[in-house]
Amino acid sequence: MPTLRYAGRAFDCAPGETVLAALIRQGADVPYSCRKGTCLTCLMRAPQGTVPAAAQAGLKDSLALETYFLPCICTPEQDLVLAAPDDAQVFSRATVVALERLAPSIARVILRPAASLYYRAGQFLNLRRADGLVRSYSLASVPRLDPDLEIHVKRLPGGAMSNWVFDDLAPGESLDLQGPNGTCFYVPGREAQSLLLVGNGSGLAPLIGIARDALQAGHRGAIHLYHGSRHPRGLYLQETLTDLAAAHPEFHYHPCVSGLVVPEGHRAGRAEAVAFGDHGDLTGWRVFLCGYPPMVQGARKQAYLAGAAMADIYADPFELRELRQKPRAALTDQVA
Amino acid sequence: MTQSLYEQIGGEAAVDAAVDLFYRKVLADGTISHFFDDTDMEQQRAKQKSFLAMVFGGPNSYSGKDMREAHAPLVAKGLNEAHFNAVAGHLKATLDELNVSASLTDQVLAIAGGARDDVLNR
Repeated sequence: MPTLRYAGRAFDCAPGETVLAALIRQGADVPYSCRKGTCLTCLMRAPQGTVPAAAQAGLKDSLALETYFLPCICTPEQDLVLAAPDDAQVFSRATVVALERLAPSIARVILRPAASLYYRAGQFLNLRRADGLVRSYSLASVPRLDPDLEIHVKRLPGGAMSNWVFDDLAPGESLDLQGPNGTCFYVPGREAQSLLLVGNGSGLAPLIGIARDALQAGHRGAIHLYHGSRHPRGLYLQETLTDLAAAHPEFHYHPCVSGLVVPEGHRAGRAEAVAFGDHGDLTGWRVFLCGYPPMVQGARKQAYLAGAAMADIYADPFELRELRQKPRAALTDQVA
Repeated sequence: MTQSLYEQIGGEAAVDAAVDLFYRKVLADGTISHFFDDTDMEQQRAKQKSFLAMVFGGPNSYSGKDMREAHAPLVAKGLNEAHFNAVAGHLKATLDELNVSASLTDQVLAIAGGARDDVLNR
């Protein structure tokens, strides 16, 4: 009879009983709803022990790799240590080792964590300032290629953290970090699959990490990266991306400008519109969408309608806390 | 022993085959997509899966009361007979695309039709 360990307690699991049923029967306070593997409300991780494959049915590869499973459809065959999905609220220290302006409103921050961080390119960190202010930033670095952590901070009007990063933060100073978080990352395998990467603003950060991660993992399928901005000055790391394309024939970089003045070598229009115009049938593709939330949500639906499987669509909408109260038109102006 | 409708139609594999076809049709239909447009598309897709399992005669836990409560906010937003019929049409088109026989399709549509009053809170 398998034993479950959760929240400092041991629970026995009767033959044929699911993990969720065993926890509920013995009084554990766990969330659940459908109890049939559909709603994902009861999602948990099993950091120790192996769950039957059926308990991960329908989960994204990235979640399954992180040992997530569905307790309501899991009849365990061995002892398990269970963890709630959000139990990683642990901050550690990191030191700023370099700061650089990549574009007028984009800063690159290089961080060296006190303890080495196991992460996947494209995941995000929560950074906390000494006064407790917390913001999320996606990682642009790749574990096996870059010694330190890299994030891109977009300066936002009224942005408490971003303005502080631009005006006050200096190398040598420390921040607290929590993470890595998120499931928007490249999972090795199916290396001949085509990848579509679409982002705007600092949504480029996770995409450049994902692209480099896929290339270094030996991905052979075409990788198309569309980076969009209203103004050409909102695009950045263009030389790096052009060099990457020159070094890897399977990698294609498409800078897109949605404003009126479109410089030579750039595509006219919003990144997602240009991308879906180029690739109308996304059957069998893997799609990564990062940046401004309305773009990400809209593009997600379009990618699905164009044939991409839901489990092959990875989305990372950047919520912008300071701007939420403002009218949408103003918002579009500032971040697009 | 006669097979249940769910077994005849192909069970869980049939639901898996149908869900993307069905949900794409619904999302692409401008007259009803706003009822299905959710920021959490995976949750929406999971709901469509449960719906298909139900109308395929499979195991499900919906009562008429559940159907009423779940759809009440949509009825408040204007969900009506025409929308219901549009969804039923996409369900039929999905079954046609999967080459489900006419007699099984009729049974599925009958189950869906049986939920009409609960869905529309009448």
